[in-house]
Amino acid sequence: MAIVFRQETFRDDFTYRNSPGNIRRFPFPFDRDEYMYSVNMEPHVRGQAGTVYESLIDVDEHYVAEMQDRALVLKEDPLRYQALPHMMAAQWDTLELLMEEQAAGYPEHFTLIRNGDRWRWINRPLGIDDTFTFGDRSTLPYDPFEYITRQAQGDFCIVDQRDGNLWMDAGMVTTQADWSLDFDIGMNFMEWHGPVPLAHQIGVFDRALKFLLNLQLGKPTRRFNWTMTINPRLDTSPENYHKWGPDRTTVTPDNVGEKVHLRVELQSLWRLPRSNAILFVIRCYLISMNELVTVPKWARRLHRVLKTLPPELVDYKGLTRYRDNTIAWLSKHDDGAPTSPGIFPD
Amino acid sequence: MSGGLAIAVRVSRIDTVAANIKRFRLVRHDGEPLPVFSAGAHVIVSMDDDGHRRRNPYSLMSAPHDTSGYDISVLRVAESRGGSAFLHEKLREGDALTISHPVNLFHADKRGRKHILLAGGIGITPFLAMMAEFDRANVAFELHYAMRSREHGAYWQELVERYGAHRVKRYFSAENDVLPVASLLHNQPLGTHAYVCGPDRMTDFVLRTARECGWPKSNVHSERFLAPISGKAFDAELLRSGIVVRVGDHESILEAVEAAGIDAPYMCRGGACGQCETAVVACNGVLAHHDVYLSEEEKASGRKVMICVSRFDGTKLSLDL
Amino acid sequence: MLVEGIKSRPVYGGIAIDPFARRHIFALEGEGALALLDQKPALTATMLNRSEVLYVAAGPKGLDHDLALAALKPDRFWQGPTIETLLFRLRGSLSAATMSTRLYISGREGFIGQCMQVATDMGMDFSSIPTEHRGSLARRVQCVHCKGITDDVRTSPFKCSHCGLNLLVRDHYSRRLGAFQGVNVDAEEPGTAPQAEELFA
Repeated sequence: MAIVFRQETFRDDFTYRNSPGNIRRFPFPFDRDEYMYSVNMEPHVRGQAGTVYESLIDVDEHYVAEMQDRALVLKEDPLRYQALPHMMAAQWDTLELLMEEQAAGYPEHFTLIRNGDRWRWINRPLGIDDTFTFGDRSTLPYDPFEYITRQAQGDFCIVDQRDGNLWMDAGMVTTQADWSLDFDIGMNFMEWHGPVPLAHQIGVFDRALKFLLNLQLGKPTRRFNWTMTINPRLDTSPENYHKWGPDRTTVTPDNVGEKVHLRVELQSLWRLPRSNAILFVIRCYLISMNELVTVPKWARRLHRVLKTLPPELVDYKGLTRYRDNTIAWLSKHDDGAPTSPGIFPD
Repeated sequence: MSGGLAIAVRVSRIDTVAANIKRFRLVRHDGEPLPVFSAGAHVIVSMDDDGHRRRNPYSLMSAPHDTSGYDISVLRVAESRGGSAFLHEKLREGDALTISHPVNLFHADKRGRKHILLAGGIGITPFLAMMAEFDRANVAFELHYAMRSREHGAYWQELVERYGAHRVKRYFSAENDVLPVASLLHNQPLGTHAYVCGPDRMTDFVLRTARECGWPKSNVHSERFLAPISGKAFDAELLRSGIVVRVGDHESILEAVEAAGIDAPYMCRGGACGQCETAVVACNGVLAHHDVYLSEEEKASGRKVMICVSRFDGTKLSLDL
Repeated sequence: MLVEGIKSRPVYGGIAIDPFARRHIFALEGEGALALLDQKPALTATMLNRSEVLYVAAGPKGLDHDLALAALKPDRFWQGPTIETLLFRLRGSLSAATMSTRLYISGREGFIGQCMQVATDMGMDFSSIPTEHRGSLARRVQCVHCKGITDDVRTSPFKCSHCGLNLLVRDHYSRRLGAFQGVNVDAEEPGTAPQAEELFA
């Protein structure tokens, strides 16, 4: 069924909203009433229709608006896309993967026709119909990685595998939760996770790295990460922190419902065939508290998660200023009833 | 499933390419293209030898972008545990096999400005794919290829023809022609990477010589495929499965576990990748570690074992499996 | 002592001489000269004959080591007036270097970071370069907002020397930039920046 793409903004007047159907498919990340870091990885396999697992690269009603927002970010700051020179094979790998998955998941919107190295890519929502030579950079208007990630929702990082570590050597990062590609590019797995509190001590990153080094072709994996954002703003980069930071002071007991958003990253990780690199897809989903409480189970659970969150995480995720208001607001939607296991609505 | 997704293939062609070396071309059973791979990758070939399941890793030597088939080369090993003997003597064109998806534990450092490949004998195979990739990407490389004799060496004539004598140097020990590792490494420009694949003795020698020439570790790469070593048979208790398996003299723990119908994780089956790391719960005896994955400290602690290559000598071994 | 536990900061493990290297290049800033001079009893003539020492004076205790370094009689001794000139010279020396050349860097963290940038640019792997921190704990910091780099930062927060924002110095280091990350400290409520504290003297 064709998706109806919304016209909306993630800045200035913030007209971003989820349709009722899109709320039901929101990837709520908490499978229990409290939260702590873990190596929460599971095979990235297709799931039921009506969930974000319907396709392995998810496209939803926000696709066109998100791509417009990305173009605006890149216009202001081209350094949000970067690739070190040795990543060219991985760039082509990524282009192939994203084109194939989008075309397979949404044939009414995307078509890929391969004729040897001569490829034709049709992207109907964005009005693109390009023919190019796979492997020949000069036949595309951008680097292959930039070209395709201007047409795919989520942030993307490609990590090179060498010396028993993973190195963040390319990225398209415009919808990030407060980290800078320009600063982190070239770092290894432990280094770019350096600022994350608590997780290093309990060995989360050692185990995750070991797992990822053995990630196999054809067996992608996924995990959730989350934070909260004031206003449905995609570009919460450190670069622009002085522009969006003041939003955090605008939350009052009365406007929590529309201002405060749960921000969920569905991260999927893919071994790439030609380069042996790994693609990190960091797909961001936003839902306002007003929208979230239309699912009673989620309202109860988020209330409990926020109440019991360790102070280091409250600080790291930048929730300090508005956590109390949000908990108070959510408490009206938590009657203390037990919640069912799993993440899906009852 | 352990060991990655399996691909059903058929042997489309077998060629004898040198004394004791055969090349096998594998194509997909359903006629579809195989996955592209990265140079240096190997597959686990799974064969049914009269009801006995054998699984061995072999480097992919065909061009990585050629998806019509994969080529592997197999040396007939004198003291073969069965894999190479089966492939050489029993396997026929048209026969079916199962292979894993390609796994790469020996990739070139793509930042390298120049790559020096040092091959010994059958160790040439991963380099065949690497050279195809370097050549396609216009990256500087040299191959230095040591063989016993002209008859025992595979592919050297073709390689000289394809890449030129300036890039492909060959050395035959039967002609007292020795690969001059030290003088080769002395004057290489910054950003050069060296790779060695060959018999253990050669690998050790190259690593030691590179160190003595002042090369940093980060720029020297090696791949060792460690065949499981034979030894005395022993019993292993699998605590989670609640059974005891007998590990035969020519069998690895992993093979014995699989033969008992238990799905243990594995990937390289050569002691290199770490996937089959297993916790040792009780050990009354000595673990014989043969892998290159665990650190010396981990080996000494006796709490972990790589069941694809390592063995045990003693009275009781209990594993968390 | 440098603060420990910053995962992204390089470990400055000391400049032990690699006995196998065919050529040694030392890039030394200020008190960094002492990292080599302290090893004097163990330095052999053979090793010094293969050595090139590049030195720039800096800091109150690092101004006058040129004579002592020259007295070691390395194959080449060179002293430059500024870090920038030393980096230029280093680039020249490395352009003719081979895989058997070892580079050693010692000085303040910002100096180490900048030499490291030149070396990696010339094809060296950072893990092959011994480093030793000597001298002040001042940090080199990049403003994440305007991307301008401020050298010799001793306090946090501090005022970005380019865009003027008040920056908190995060314990997050980029080897590629050779700098720590500075993030606007009063972004949420401008004007509420805490008092600057001298943390990196």
